[in-house]
Order: sequence, then structure tokens, then C-alpha cells
Amino acid sequence: MLDARPASVRFRDPQIEMAHGAGGKASRKLVEGLFAPLLFGSTPGPLGDAAHVDINGAKVAITTDSFVVKPLTFPGGSIGELAVNGTVNDLAVSGARAEALVVTYVLEAGLPTPVLEAEVCAMAKAARDAGVRIAGGDTKVVEHGKADLMYVTTTGIGRLIHGVTIDPRSVRVGDKILLSGPIGDHGITILLARGELDLEADLRSDTRSVLPLVEALVHTAGPGIRWMRDPTRGGAATSLNELARDCGLGMVLFEDQVPVRDMVRGACELLGLDPLHIANEGQFLAVVSPDYADAAINALSLAPGGSEAQVIGEVREQPAGTVLVTTRYGGSRIVDMLVGDPLPRIC
Amino acid sequence: MRFVDEFREPELISRTAEEILRLAGRDRHYRLMEVCGGHTHAIYRFGLKDILPDNIELIHGPGCPVCVLPMGRIDDGLSIAQRPDVIFAAFGDMMRVPGTQGSPLEHKARGMDVRIVYSPSDALKLARLNPDKQVMFFAIGFETTAPSTALTLMRAKAEGIDNFSVFCNHVTIIPAIRAILDSPDMRLDAFIGPGHVSTVIGCRPYEWIAKDQDKPIVVSGFEPLDMLQSIVMLLRQLKVGEAKVENQYKRVVPWEGNRAALRAMAEVFQLRPYFEWRGLGFISQSALRLNEKYAAWDAEQRFEVPGIRVTDPKAAQCGEVLKGVLKPHQCKLFGRECTPEHPIGALMVSSEGSCAAYHNYEHRKAAMATSLTSIA
Repeated sequence: MLDARPASVRFRDPQIEMAHGAGGKASRKLVEGLFAPLLFGSTPGPLGDAAHVDINGAKVAITTDSFVVKPLTFPGGSIGELAVNGTVNDLAVSGARAEALVVTYVLEAGLPTPVLEAEVCAMAKAARDAGVRIAGGDTKVVEHGKADLMYVTTTGIGRLIHGVTIDPRSVRVGDKILLSGPIGDHGITILLARGELDLEADLRSDTRSVLPLVEALVHTAGPGIRWMRDPTRGGAATSLNELARDCGLGMVLFEDQVPVRDMVRGACELLGLDPLHIANEGQFLAVVSPDYADAAINALSLAPGGSEAQVIGEVREQPAGTVLVTTRYGGSRIVDMLVGDPLPRIC
Repeated sequence: MRFVDEFREPELISRTAEEILRLAGRDRHYRLMEVCGGHTHAIYRFGLKDILPDNIELIHGPGCPVCVLPMGRIDDGLSIAQRPDVIFAAFGDMMRVPGTQGSPLEHKARGMDVRIVYSPSDALKLARLNPDKQVMFFAIGFETTAPSTALTLMRAKAEGIDNFSVFCNHVTIIPAIRAILDSPDMRLDAFIGPGHVSTVIGCRPYEWIAKDQDKPIVVSGFEPLDMLQSIVMLLRQLKVGEAKVENQYKRVVPWEGNRAALRAMAEVFQLRPYFEWRGLGFISQSALRLNEKYAAWDAEQRFEVPGIRVTDPKAAQCGEVLKGVLKPHQCKLFGRECTPEHPIGALMVSSEGSCAAYHNYEHRKAAMATSLTSIA
């Protein structure tokens, strides 16, 4: 048998590399091997998208996220919008409704005011759309050349949504894996927006608040929901690998059921990338017990922005601790967490 | 998606798989080598081993340019880039390949100016944008990528851009196949011929494999149906005892190759007398360097090159894996000291390297099969 959840090992990499921030294996090692043992003690248990804390009997969810995207604006969104939606979504998939955010801006000297103003407006609009209040903030300015125009950090606090418990350890064999819509739009949009590839496609980032979809899901299938996650950096493959490890079971995906737009597939084929490793900013994965799966998909399909939701796979005993993708023509492959940054393959 | 979905059509794939089953029979074992790393990647990515009968064994060949590059060349390139005025430009494929002091990405994290480019002409663009810097393009690849390096050098010369140079590691496929066939421990029945390389060199250069070595070779595309069809074509030849060169990838590969690309290569490059291949050792006339006309753009002449030679770690059995004598998981280091996050051998670095492909897509499947058998 494979050990599905190896004991955490101390972080031994001699220096921080870009890969440690890419959301894949290296990020996980950094968190489990350095942050978690030093900050929360040795056995933190499975790490979710937000922490649940008890304040005098009141349970709240809290999370934080920093945004360092380059370029600042891209088709379908911008850093300000991401900064609000990202934190709202981290709370949503941990079963909480965002109530208030605080914001930190790290600004580079020389940043044109209209650029800043546009991003602050984008944040205000995204917050209104998501129904969350921005309650405070802080600003720091660093020397020119020390930051890519601006970085934004948002910290959010949320109230737990009644009727849902997210715990990877509650996942059982036979559960269904749901995906809210097509994957890869955000990551590929950003890659193309950098303009280094001379590739063009009519693609937009999928950045949005997934809270309405999560609420629709909880409303209809609350008791059947075992786990949710928004697959941002590292993509769906990384989120599902973490789940597989945390619950010790196998995640079996049916490749032709995974919604991917043709343009994303095309770009991935050209660049040698796997859509399952590409970042998303407006989708989420859920594992639902089989008796709730149909209701869950119906609820998502009827909710605005959920028409492309799909059952993409199921939980099986084997391959334990692993994500296996099966194809319509009978082949199968293991899909690991993202290793390093997704670097396009040329030769 | 056009040119993709047609070649992944389940109905056609299952019919082709049945044809393979029928042709392969049960009484004989077939050892087929896919020369190209792109094919190795495709085999694992599409899970083709699940479709093929057990008596068809696929041996992964030497056609992954990153994998066969000796570590000393990486050290040489990076040592030039230690100079503060040098920008080191290379394809993404190169970025995680370890030298003795770390990979280009690790050097970048320590402050070296390392840039990922998507084509050699992007490196030339960097040179135009940074006239006070020296841009060195670390060129890798078989005949697939060599023509674009050649065309870029021709443009640099025409425009008189003198802060651009190429550290040339281009290799050629035919001598590598010859070295494989000359290897005493090698028993192969046939070759799945490289697809991308053949778009440039065509099919004629493989004729000696059929004529002199009596081995069938079919130049193949990269989709599941392409590869299965190529296997059908090989089995048909083997069944009747034929050995000829066939072209399955006709939609892309012209029999005579790409004349314009070959002309550009001839204009810029000359053969090196010999070159070291990781895992295979020195192979004569197997690599390209810039010729006299382009000496001014040759990084090996412009800068001082230490000429570092690094012996592979003794325990790593890259050579045996590269020649197909061992399967990736039979190497002592596989999955223990040597993993995609911390590669020791180069076959673990590139996603086209057989060890990385096996590690990423297959080995836990194999472990699963073993654990199921042990339960039964």
C-alpha cells in the first residue's frame, strides 16, 4: 500500500525560488515544512482555504491572500477585482460568507495615480457585487524598482454558512467530484496578456465571486457536501492531489467530462501544458455524496454562471492518495501536483 | 478542436487497438523504440500502455534534447552568464535542468539575469532592447529547433547586431540512433521515427536503418491515433519480414524534408568532430557548432569557456535507461533521491524525459497494480 499522507518533513531548500509561490508541490512543502510547524505546532491537520476560529463561542472564518499579478489589467479583470474575489472565494469554499475585508496596498514609487485609482474603483465594484464591506486598510510605498507597480493583500472575515461542513476526512469512496465550470481561462489569459508568446485568443479571465454558486449548492445539497476548494494557482490537479492525500483515497477524473474551452485546450496543446495545472479565479471544485450529486448539478446549472457545471469524476479506493485521469479511449494517467512554475515546453 | 480531436476519436482508437492485438498475436515479444521525447511524453500522457498488449514493449529513446545534454555544458553556459553584463536566454525546457551549482532558475533566484524565451528570435529582440548588455542564447534541440537558431543568426548578421551570441548545443538525431544500434546490449525490433525532426530532415536519412540494419521505421505523429497507427504499420512490416521507411505523419512531414530550413542550417552550422551525450558518451559528428562565417556570434569564441566536464553520479543509471536496457523505475535512484522536484539525472527533468514521464504519469499506477496483486 502507498502511504497516502507522508509525515511532514522539514523544509530544506536552501533558498526561496519562484516555484515556492506557484501553488504546487514546492509551495506545499514550504507551508508544511516551515510555516505550519513553526506557527501552529507540528500537526496542523489538513489545511483549508480559510481558518475557522472560535471567539467566545462565535465561529468565524478568516483568510488572507496577496495579489502580485503582472500585468495589472488583463481581459476580463484586473488586480483589484482579483484581490476582492480571491478572498471572498477562499471564504466561500471553506463554507463561509465574506462579511468584511481589510486591504493592504504595497505601492511602487512612480505608480501613476490613475492606475491606482482604477484599481481601487475595481475593488469597490467587486466588493459591491460580492456583497462584502471593505472595512479598513493600510498603505506602504517602496522604492521604484522594488515592486511591479503595486501589490494588494486582502484579509477577509466571514460568517459560517449554516448547514455545511467542509472536511477532507469526511470524503468517502463513491462520492462525486463536481466542477463549477471550464478551467484554465484565467491562467491562459494572463500568459497571453504578458505578450511574450505572440499568441492571441479571445479569452477572458474567469475572475468572479463564486459565493452565489456555493450558496446555491449548499441550499440544495448542503448535507451531502464533503469538501470544496477553489483551484487557483496550481490548478485543479493540485487541489485534488491535496484532497487525495488528506483523505487517503483516489480521485478518478473522466477527461472528456472536464470542461475546458477549445481556446484553452489549444493554447495548452501548443505550449505543452495541462489545463488541470492552470490557475482559475472563478471556479470551484466540490466533493458531494452520490445521493446528492444530481441535485447539486441541477442547482448549480440553474444558478447564474453555473450552466457549465459538471460531474468530472468520482472518489475511489485506488489509486490511494493519487489523482488518475481516464480517457474515453481507455488510456489513463496519473496527474500530480504542479511541480515548479508551468513553463511552456518548446522543444 | 481540429487536428486534435480526430486523432483521439475513441471508436477509431479502439478499432486500431484491436488491429494491433490481432497483428501482435501471443507468441512473440516486440521491442519498439520511440526515438523522440515527444512520443515518450505522449505515450504516458495518453496512457497508451493501457491500450497496448503486454507483448509490445516500448523502449524510450534518446530524443529528448534536455536529457542528453551533459551537465558540464550547463555549467559552461552559466559560468559565462556570471559576468554582470550577460543576459542568459533559454527555452523554458532548460530552466530547471541542474548544473553542479544549480539550475538556471536557481541562478536567477540568486540574481543572475536569466530570461525565458519562446524562440531564438525573442532572444535577438532582447539584444536589440538591451544594447549595453550581451545577450547569450543557450541553444538546445535537434533539427527541430536548429533552423530557427540558424535563421536568427542570419538576421543578427544582416542587421549587424553584435551584442547577441549563441551558445550552441544543437545535436543531430541520426548519429544518436546509430549509437543506440551499435550498442552491444541493445535488442530492438523496430523504430517509431521522430515526427518533428522529420519535418526538417524528411524521411530519406532513415533509409540506412531499413537497408543496412534491417529494422523497420515509421515516422509518426504525436496523437494517440498517430502512434497506434504507426505501431500497426510496424507490426505489418515485421509480420512479413519487411524493413522499410514509412511515413505515417504525412500531414506534416514531407518525404524530402524542409529544404529552406536545411539551407539555413547549412549556411550557419558545421558538424563538430565529436560531442558528449549524457548517458551515451562521446558520439562523433553528432552535434552542430557555428561555422567560420558566424564565428563573431559564437558564444564559445566570444567568451572564455571553462570547458567543465562533470561525471554523472555513479548511482544514477541514466545511460541504461536512455538505451532502454533498464526501465525508469529499475534505476536505484528513481523516486528516492531522484524526483521531478529534485532531479539528479536529466531524464527526470524534462517532461519528455522518460523518468519524469514515468514518475508523473505512471509509477503510482504501477504501484497500485502491485498492491492489488498482492491482495489477490
